[in-house]
Amino acid sequence: MATEYSRIVKDGLWDNNGVLCMLLGMCPTMAMTTSATNGLGMGLATAAVMAASNLLVAIFRNRITQEVRIPVYILIVASMVTLVDLTMNAWMHELYKVLGLFIALIVSNCLPLARLESFASKEPVMNSLLDGLFMGIGFTIALTAIGAVREIIGQGTLFADAALLLGPAFKFMEMRILPQDTGVLVMILPPGGFLVTGLLVVVKRMIDVSAGKGIQMAGAHSV
Amino acid sequence: MKDGSLKHAIILGVFCLGFGILLALTDLVTASAIVDRAMEDRLNSLSQVIPANLHDNNPVKDALTMKNAEGKEITVYRALKEGKVTGVAYEVQGSGYGGPIKVMMGLDIEGRILGARVTAHKETPGLGDKIDEKKGDWILRFTGLSLGNPPIEKWKVKKDGGQFDQFAGATITPRGVVGAIRGGMEFYAANKTQMMEVK
Repeated sequence: MATEYSRIVKDGLWDNNGVLCMLLGMCPTMAMTTSATNGLGMGLATAAVMAASNLLVAIFRNRITQEVRIPVYILIVASMVTLVDLTMNAWMHELYKVLGLFIALIVSNCLPLARLESFASKEPVMNSLLDGLFMGIGFTIALTAIGAVREIIGQGTLFADAALLLGPAFKFMEMRILPQDTGVLVMILPPGGFLVTGLLVVVKRMIDVSAGKGIQMAGAHSV
Repeated sequence: MKDGSLKHAIILGVFCLGFGILLALTDLVTASAIVDRAMEDRLNSLSQVIPANLHDNNPVKDALTMKNAEGKEITVYRALKEGKVTGVAYEVQGSGYGGPIKVMMGLDIEGRILGARVTAHKETPGLGDKIDEKKGDWILRFTGLSLGNPPIEKWKVKKDGGQFDQFAGATITPRGVVGAIRGGMEFYAANKTQMMEVK
């Protein structure tokens, strides 16, 4: 059992990472990674939605028939997103002002749907919850990494406005790496998203190859 | 109807009902907090363009809805002190490089600018976004100006023969902002009497 759990955790964080391996959820990945803070916020919101929807689908997996599963999954993901959206707007308003526009984008992210279809609909509740949570955290790590690279090269800062997202206690995270006005603008613009995501996919595969794992094909043992 | 399809319909219906109820409950719990937050946001952005010592009312509550020259509806927030209008604020829109630029501007009763702030824009980061007060003090230069100061023909960016600086690499953005603010002052001049009326 323990090895099964650690397999799920490792899959989510690294081996089968949603962004760097399966290349799913590219829309929020490109749109939100103009800074490390934005990537982190978007990732955390997505992780919350994924954990909740994986849990719900696993609970009801024997009640949902094959024919209506897709509308039910979309219903569940959309409901969870709306729930997060309303709650954040009411009680975490500062955070909402940063992320608000992009919360709704989670519905269009195919990563939650892919995990419901390929994992939560077949596996027990605990496994599914773990899978949703760690796939979400893996997504967060990938988005934060892409955001960090784009922000440092494009703007010369790292974790700018982190205090706005996480609270004043996190002011120490805000750093200036390069002097003012030395940024390479293209990294903040949409092409930078593609460039950095591509580069990080390469880096991940190089690490895997040098660890003797061989290249894992996108989603090889999930879909 | 086949038995199977009725069963599927019922399952889907039950899920829709369940999540519908869940969302309705969430909305019920959060609705009033969300309205409060929206009001705070409005007051916050207004406080940057209308000094607090100019009013003793809630400008959001004493707002008017008016139509501008193009027939677009504009919400005019009014600062009142002892029942008299001391200033007005509203959002105007100009066209930038990446889309519309929204500018909240406050005017005193003489039509002088109390303050202007860009509230929403999609300009290029690092170039056009210097209009944002967080990224530069360019927008602060409008404070104290009015339609006669500088004269109307000078209410343009330098490239168009006016007096306002554009930035290196960005002319369209400041042109949009200057145009929006000029339009906002003309809107005030045309509608002043109606804005002064307190019921």
